[in-house]
Amino acid sequence: MSATLSVRNLRTHFFTKEGVAKAVDGVDFDVAPGEILGLVGESGSGKTVTGFSILGLIDPPGRIVEGSSIRFNGEELTAASPERLRAIRGAAIAMIFQDPMMTLNPVLRVDTQMIETVQAHVKVSAAEARDRARKALVQVGIPSPDERLRAYPHQFSGGMRQRVAIAIALLHKPKLIVADEPTTALDVTIQGQILFEAQRLCRESGTAMIWVTHDLAVVAGLADRIAVMYAGRIVELGRTADVIERPMHPYTKGLIGSVPSQNTRGHRLAQIPGMTPSLLRLPAGCAFKARCPIAVDKCNEMPALEEHRPGHWARCWRAAA
Amino acid sequence: MTGPQPLLSLRGITKRFVQRVDLAGKIANAFGAGVRETVVQAVSDVDLDVAEGEVVGLVGESGCGKSTLGRIVAGIMPQSAGTMLWRGQDVAAMGGEDKHAWQLAVQMIFQDPFASLNPRLRVSEIVGEAPRVHGLVDRGRQAAYVAETLTKVGLDPAYASRYPHQFSGGQRQRVGIARALAVKPAFIVCDEAVAALDVSIQAQVLNLFMDLRRQLGLTYLFISHNLAVVEHLSDRVAIMYLGRLIEIAPADELFARPNHPYTQALLAEVPKLEAHQRTYRPIAGELPSPLDPPPGCAFHPRCPHAFARCKVERPALKQVAPGHVSACHLNDRG
Ligand SMILES: Nc1ncnc2c1ncn2[C@@H]1O[C@H](COP(=O)(O)OP(=O)(O)OP(=O)(O)O)[C@@H](O)[C@H]1O
Ligand SMILES: Nc1ncnc2c1ncn2[C@@H]1O[C@H](COP(=O)(O)OP(=O)(O)OP(=O)(O)O)[C@@H](O)[C@H]1O
Ligand code: SF4
Ligand SMILES: [Mg+2]
Ligand SMILES: [Mg+2]
Repeated sequence: MSATLSVRNLRTHFFTKEGVAKAVDGVDFDVAPGEILGLVGESGSGKTVTGFSILGLIDPPGRIVEGSSIRFNGEELTAASPERLRAIRGAAIAMIFQDPMMTLNPVLRVDTQMIETVQAHVKVSAAEARDRARKALVQVGIPSPDERLRAYPHQFSGGMRQRVAIAIALLHKPKLIVADEPTTALDVTIQGQILFEAQRLCRESGTAMIWVTHDLAVVAGLADRIAVMYAGRIVELGRTADVIERPMHPYTKGLIGSVPSQNTRGHRLAQIPGMTPSLLRLPAGCAFKARCPIAVDKCNEMPALEEHRPGHWARCWRAAA
Repeated sequence: MTGPQPLLSLRGITKRFVQRVDLAGKIANAFGAGVRETVVQAVSDVDLDVAEGEVVGLVGESGCGKSTLGRIVAGIMPQSAGTMLWRGQDVAAMGGEDKHAWQLAVQMIFQDPFASLNPRLRVSEIVGEAPRVHGLVDRGRQAAYVAETLTKVGLDPAYASRYPHQFSGGQRQRVGIARALAVKPAFIVCDEAVAALDVSIQAQVLNLFMDLRRQLGLTYLFISHNLAVVEHLSDRVAIMYLGRLIEIAPADELFARPNHPYTQALLAEVPKLEAHQRTYRPIAGELPSPLDPPPGCAFHPRCPHAFARCKVERPALKQVAPGHVSACHLNDRG
């Protein structure tokens, strides 16, 4: 089956006064129908910018650089007109933003916003649209849906706003969902409910999903494959079990080692030494070099993303070590 | 309880939000829709003491009232009822200088950095202005102080001239942390302060919190849904359900011997770093609504052990072990 989304050599740069910030710099991946791809990585590594690029939401001074390709159901999105992109965003691709207020309008009641979404897609009566909106709220675990529909976004808690934004994305029934940290602010019980709905949607309607998160435990149980980003590039990509159980890139290994748990109580947590390199002055060669415990001279040259084991890729000279 | 005076004491703290019938509702009512005014009791009758230098974790389901309680503690939102004592002094009765000192001493790191940072200010001003205004640094040292503070939270000081929208989500969250730390507070309410950070930077920030506590005796109310983080950081943990504290215990004790059935259910759900795919299942039972809280024990509709008394009588917090209180009728059954 051909991929729903194919990203090739995606480069999105911000041309700021301080210099060119290469937020995304050569990213390749596919997502198949019904597949969930977990996109994890360091804060500031380019996950959100990757999502925004797919949706055509990059504003100046940022721009998708020449030579990048984003194919969605065979259509090249980097060549699409703003009108076409808007039409696709409204129907075929939905994004759940890291900031729910990017989806929600603060001055409109929740019912107005949700009914609008439903009626933009299907011709149904207002009563039918309200009923679907109500069901969508129940799906994301919001009790008293009738009263909640009449409320404004600021009357919800942080996690409830996030869930309303998720409910709106589910109402679209899109072919692709880009979910940016959708369950970050949610407790485990409600997270479980939302992951359940997400899995169901993908399995039943073949929706492809990119699930951006820094929570490895969540993607470990949810995603089919995991892509790990560092400083604008994918440094590891593979099936979930391979990446979690046999990580190849030193950054991925460091990430897995930093997860706090019962055993770390009262002790300092393992943190990856050193600081994230500034995107404005990335070092030559491997961007992780300065923090890497196993770096060698060779690392002054840029390693390529290579398939070291079947279906398991890493961008590291010492991946096989 | 005897011992030194707590830094913060909450007694009977309650917060109600009233959602009035708006114009659309009034019109609908003219056609017989029956839209009523709704009242959300977000926080109900909370008693809690926090000792100086202590880290108290606050855990509970989305919408249970954690941020509301945090905002009241940080002095950003007034309570509807109850008293709050700071170093034994009633905050409501404080005058000019004391009140000012209290406001500076208590800082909040907000759950939603997007909404809490002024979009028109550069980071240098967001982080540096308050310390200058309050005389913690002079104008000449402001830039260096901002750079220092940004470095502590893992941000490149070169970003000081940027506006909030030019940052990633986690970077913005760290700007909020830097702003709170910059005024050298005594007490910080951390509302999901590390939720948007990847584990490595989260580790750096959590280590920083612990260092500050050791060096400066900082006290924290640490709101988080991440039980692993709470367990790692907290001395004591308070569990909230539908606006009420239902269990409070030392962290070791709580995680080893959770007493309340809700706490037990919560601990059972913690996702682990296991690579096999799991099929997620929504939790059994109906989610409670603060608009229409169940009578008796608010957890009874979802509780596997509920019996007749739970449906009619609300259980009070009672001691089940030294320093460990829980609100569940099962504890009376012996
Ligand atoms: N408008 C902008 N101008 C300049 N730089 C920007 C802009 N937007 C984003 N960036 C930079 O691009 C990089 C990637 O940002 P992005 O938001 O994609 O990170 P992320 O991986 O989503 O991180 P997080 O987990 O913290 O949300 C960051 O270093 C950020 O500072
Ligand atoms: N300004 C407001 N007006 C009306 N209701 C409000 C307001 N702020 C909060 N609420 C309600 O109070 C309850 C508690 O909200 P709060 O933000 O304290 O929850 P929370 O525990 O922080 O949840 P989360 O984990 O989702 O952030 C919710 O039912 C919410 O809808
Ligand atoms: S390429 Fe070199 S520096 Fe980079 S991660 Fe691999 S070993 Fe470390
Ligand atoms: Mg992001
Ligand atoms: Mg909250």
